[in-house]
Amino acid sequence: MASTTSSIMDTLFQRSLEDLIKGLRLQLIGESAFISKALDEIRREIKSTDPHTKSNALQKLSYLSSLHHFDMSWAAFHVVEVMSSSRFSHKKIGYHAASLSFSDSTPVLLLITNQLRKDLTNPNNEFEVSLALECLSRIATTDLCRDLTPEIFTLLSSTKIFVRKKAIALVLRVFEKYPDAVKVCFKRLVENLDSSDPHIVSAVVGVFCELTSNDPKSYLPLAPEFYRILVDSKNNWVLIKMLKIFAKLVLLEPRLAKRVVEPVCEHMRRTGAKSLMFECVRTVVSSLSEYEQAVKLAVVKIRELLLDDDPNLKYLGLNALSIVAPKHLWAVLENKEVVIKWLSDEDPNIKRESLRLVMAMVSENNVVEICRVLVNYALKSDPEFCNEILGSILSTCSRNLYEMVNDFDWYVSLLGEMSRILPCQQGDEIENQLIDISMRVRDVRPELVRVGHDLLIDPALLSNHFLYRILSAAAWVSGEYVEFSRNPFELIEALLQPRTNLLPPSIRAIYIQSTFKVLIFCLHSYLLQRESTASSYPDTSALSELASKREMPESSDLATFKAPHSEQDEVFNPRVSNQSSEELSVGNGGDRTISHGQTSTPVTSENSFTYEAVVNQLNLIELALGPLTGSHDVEILERVRNLLCFIELIKGEILESLVQKEENLNSAEMKSSKIIKLMSDAFSEELGPVSVSAQERVPIPEGLVLKENLNDLEMICGDIQLPSSISFSLVSTHYEEGVGASLPDLQSKEELEPPSEATSLLAEHRKRHGLYYLTSEKNDIVANDYPPANDPKLHDNQNNDTEDLVKLTEQLLVSKKRPNQAKPRPVVVKLDGDVVPVSAKRPGPKDDSLSGAVQEVLLGSDTRTSTSRSNPSDKSSSKRKGKEKLITDPSSELNENLGDAEKLDHENPSSRRSKHRTHGKERRHKSPGKIREEREENGLKDKKKSSHRHARHKTRQRADVPLNVVSETPVIPDFLL
Amino acid sequence: MIRSVMVMNTQGKPRLAKFYDFQGFVLVSLLNVDCDTVLCSRAENVSNFLDAASIFGPDSSLVYKHYATLYFVLVFDSSENELAMLDLIQVFVETLDKCFKNVCELDIVFNYSKIHTILDEMIFGGQVLETSSTELVKAVEEISRLESASNSITLVPKSVSGWRNR
Repeated sequence: MASTTSSIMDTLFQRSLEDLIKGLRLQLIGESAFISKALDEIRREIKSTDPHTKSNALQKLSYLSSLHHFDMSWAAFHVVEVMSSSRFSHKKIGYHAASLSFSDSTPVLLLITNQLRKDLTNPNNEFEVSLALECLSRIATTDLCRDLTPEIFTLLSSTKIFVRKKAIALVLRVFEKYPDAVKVCFKRLVENLDSSDPHIVSAVVGVFCELTSNDPKSYLPLAPEFYRILVDSKNNWVLIKMLKIFAKLVLLEPRLAKRVVEPVCEHMRRTGAKSLMFECVRTVVSSLSEYEQAVKLAVVKIRELLLDDDPNLKYLGLNALSIVAPKHLWAVLENKEVVIKWLSDEDPNIKRESLRLVMAMVSENNVVEICRVLVNYALKSDPEFCNEILGSILSTCSRNLYEMVNDFDWYVSLLGEMSRILPCQQGDEIENQLIDISMRVRDVRPELVRVGHDLLIDPALLSNHFLYRILSAAAWVSGEYVEFSRNPFELIEALLQPRTNLLPPSIRAIYIQSTFKVLIFCLHSYLLQRESTASSYPDTSALSELASKREMPESSDLATFKAPHSEQDEVFNPRVSNQSSEELSVGNGGDRTISHGQTSTPVTSENSFTYEAVVNQLNLIELALGPLTGSHDVEILERVRNLLCFIELIKGEILESLVQKEENLNSAEMKSSKIIKLMSDAFSEELGPVSVSAQERVPIPEGLVLKENLNDLEMICGDIQLPSSISFSLVSTHYEEGVGASLPDLQSKEELEPPSEATSLLAEHRKRHGLYYLTSEKNDIVANDYPPANDPKLHDNQNNDTEDLVKLTEQLLVSKKRPNQAKPRPVVVKLDGDVVPVSAKRPGPKDDSLSGAVQEVLLGSDTRTSTSRSNPSDKSSSKRKGKEKLITDPSSELNENLGDAEKLDHENPSSRRSKHRTHGKERRHKSPGKIREEREENGLKDKKKSSHRHARHKTRQRADVPLNVVSETPVIPDFLL
Repeated sequence: MIRSVMVMNTQGKPRLAKFYDFQGFVLVSLLNVDCDTVLCSRAENVSNFLDAASIFGPDSSLVYKHYATLYFVLVFDSSENELAMLDLIQVFVETLDKCFKNVCELDIVFNYSKIHTILDEMIFGGQVLETSSTELVKAVEEISRLESASNSITLVPKSVSGWRNR
C-alpha cells in the first residue's frame, strides 16, 4: 500500500529538470549531497513504466552527465526505451541521451538499428529524421553505418533541404567508419556539389574539406568541380572551405597552383570579409609561395592585419607572417618595426608570435643586437614571458651547434648575464650550454672561467634555487679550467663560502670536487714557482710560449673578422694556431701544465702563490670541510674525505719545506710534490665532447659476458699501483649493453695521464683488461650530471662530415703530447649524436581503405563529372582526340607521372583493404609487382591504356562508357590549364 | 571540424559542454577545469585565441568570446578558419538572444534542452550547417512547437511546464 502511494506521489510530484536546477542553485544541503540524492531519485524514476516519468528522469540524468560529468552508461537500456517512444518530445530526450552517452562499446547499440532505420525513413516528420541523423553523427559504429547506408543514401537526394544537409554531413562519419559506403554514396555526394541550394553546397564542401585534409591525393580528380565553386561561389563559408581544400591540392599538383593562384588573389583583393581575406593570405603563404606576385599581395594584406586595432587580426597577421618567414624572409624584415613593437604588447599571444618572428630574423650578423634588445625586453616583462624570451634566445643561439654565434666570449657573458635575470628559470639549459661550450670551444675558456668566477663569488645567487644548476656548471668549469683563472685562491674561497650549504648535495659535491682541482692547481703552481725561483727563472722558452699564446686570441679574432662568411675558417684558425703552439711546447720538451700555468695566469698572480697563501688555503679548506666529514650524503662524504686526506698527506711536508728554506730543493721534491704533480697531471687531462651514440658503434668483442660477476675486478686492480686519483666506480646505470666494449675507447680519450713509471704497465694492463676500465672519477662527475655533449659537429660547424671531425680530433689529441702513447689512438669521438630517425609518416590503414574506396569511385565518378561538364564529348575516343587538340604541351611524361602516382596510391590501400573485404577484386589487388609492370608499360601509351581498361574497369559496378582510367585522370588538370 | 563547444561563466562553472569527438567522462571534466583556469586568467582586450594544443592535443585551436558573465568557447582543428569561428560564436549568441529575448546566463542555465537544440541545428557532428540566425530560430521554434504538441496530447504533470513554456 505504502509503496503504491509513493510511486503515485513520485509521478505526480516528480522533480522536473527545472526543479533540479533550482535545487542545485539553492544548494541547501551542498552540491554533492544534493546531486547524489537526485541521482537516487533518478534511478528510481527511470525504472517507472510511465513514459513521461521515465523520459523526465532521463533528461535530468543527461543534464547531470553533461554538466557535472556523471557517468550515465548504466542507463543505456533506458535510453533505448525512451528513444523508441512514439512521442516526439520523449524521442528527442532519448536521442539526446544516446548521443551523449553511447560509445562504440555500448552493448545496446545492437538494439537500436531498427529504431534508427524506422526514424530515418519516417516520411512525415523531418525533425524525427533529423534527430536520428544527429544521433548517428555522434554514435555511428561500423555496424550501424553498414546497416544504414541504404537509408542514408536515399536521404542524400531528399527533397527536404533540412534533412539532406544533415545526411550529407553524416556521410563524413559513415565514410570514416565504413569505407565501403563510398561505393554507394560518393557519386550522389558529388552530385550535391552542383546543387542550387547554398546550404547543400556548404554542407558538401564542408565534408570534402574534411576528407581532403586527411587524404588530399584521392580528391585531385574533383579539382574542376572545386575550381568552379571557387570561382562562382559568393558564400564566404564555402569559399573558405574551398581555399582549405585547394591549399592541400595544389601541393600535389603544381599545374593546379598556376591555375588557382589568380582567383585566390582576386578574392583577396575583392572581399570585405576579414575571415576570407585571411584565408586567402594563408593559402598563398602556405601553398602558393612560389608565386611572387601573390606573395607580395599577401604580404600587403598581412601588413594591413598587423596594423589593425583588433588584437585578433594582429595575432593572425603575425601568424601568417611566421608561415611565410622560412621562404620569404624579406616579408618579415619589411615589417620588422611592427613586429618588434608588438613584442611589448599586452597580449601574451601577440607577444609570443612576435618573439617567434624576431627569432626567425636572427642571423649571425645581427644576433648580438637582437639578443641585446631581447634581454632588455625580458628585464621589463612578466616572469613567464621573460622565460620564454630567454628560452628562445638559448635555443636559437645553440641551434646547429651555435652556428649563429661568432663571438663566443660575448655569448658566454650573455649566458652569465641571463642567469642573473631574476625570474630566469632556464637553469638546466644554461648549465648544459655552459658545459657544452666549455668542452667544444677551446678559445672561450678564459672568458668562461671569468663568468663562472663571477657567478660563484656572488653569495646572493645561492639563495635562488633556479640557479643551482648554473652554479654547478660554473663550479665545474672553474675547477676544470682553473689554469685560466685570475685568482684561484679567491675561487677556493668562493667555492667554500658558508652559504654553499644551501646547495643540494649533488651540486655541493661538484663544488667540493672543484675545490680539489683548484687546490691541486695552486699547489702545483706553487711548487713550480719555487722550482723556477730556485733555478733563477731563465725559462725563455716558456716566455716565448707565453707570447705566442697571448697573440693567439688576436689572430683568431682577426681570422674571424676577415672571413665572416666561412665558418670553417673561423673555427679552424684558432685551433690550428693553438695546436701549433702546443706542438711547439711539446718540441721544447715543456710540460703542458707548465705552459698553461705560466701563460694563462696573469703575471700578477704568479707572485701570489706564496707559502703563506698556500698554507692559508689549506687551513681554510680543512676548516670549511671538516664538519662535512659527518655528512650523510655519500657523494659529499667521499669527496670531502678525498680532499681532507690529501691535505693531510701533503701538509706536513709543505710545512716542513719552509723550515728548510728551499735549500734542499731536490730532496724537498719528495713524496708530496710527486703526488701533487701526479694529481695535477691527472686533472689537467682534457675532457672532450662525446657523441651520444659513441658506445653503440663499438662492436661487442667476442666472448664478452656482461652479466658475469665482476668480483675478480679487485684482484686485477690489485696488480697495479694505481694513481691515487683514479678511483674506479662501477657505474653501470648509465651503460647498457656494449658498454664495456666501448670503454677502452672512451677511456683512452678521458684517461688520466698515468705517472711515467706506471705508464707502460698500465697501458699494457689496459690492453689486457680494457673492459674493466669503466670510468674515472673525474668523468663521473660529468657522466652523472651532464649529458654527453649533444652534437657532434663541434669543430666544423657547417659540414656534417664526421670523418673530418674525427680526423681533426685525432690531430688535436695527438698533438696534445702523447709521445709515448702505447697504442694507436682509436677513433673515439665518432660524434654524430643526434641522428633523427625520419620515418615517412604514412596515413593510417583506415584512411588508406577510405582513400582507396574513394579513388575507386572517383575513377568512375570522373566520367560523370566530365559528362556533366559539357565537355567536348563523352565518347572516349573523340574525347581523347579533343583533348590532345586542346592542349599540346601537357607532355606525356607529366601524364605518366600522374598516372604513376595514382597507381601507387592505389596499390597500397587496396592491398590492405583486401584483407577485410570479401568482394573478389583480385585483379586490382595484384601485388607491388604490378606497379613495375605498369611502369614498363607506360612507355607504350596504347598498351598502358588497354591494360588499365582491363585491370580496373571491369571491377567497377558501373557499366557505363568505357572511358579508361589513365586518360581520365589527367583530364582534370588539363581542363584547368 | 569543430571539436567542442563550451559555455562557462566567469567563475568557471560550465553551462554547456558539447564534444564532437567522443571523450571519456574523466577527460571531459579535466578539459573543463583546464579551460577554466586558462580562460579566467586572461585580461580583457586581448586576442581571442588560446593555445589549445596543450589541452586538446595537436592540431587544435581555441577561440573564445566573452559576453557579460559568460565565456563561449569553440575548439576546432585546422580545417576551420579562426575568424569564421568567431563569427559563429556571434551567430550562436545572436540566435540565443532571439530565442530568449535578451538572453542572460539564467536562460542558459534553465533551458538546457533548448540550448542543445539550437546548437544541434547550427553544428552537426562537428560541421557547421547553418549560419543564419533567422533560419536557426525558425527551425528551433518548429521543433519546440512539435515538442509541446506531442506533450499536450496527454495530461501533463505540472512540473513539465517549465521547459514547455519556452
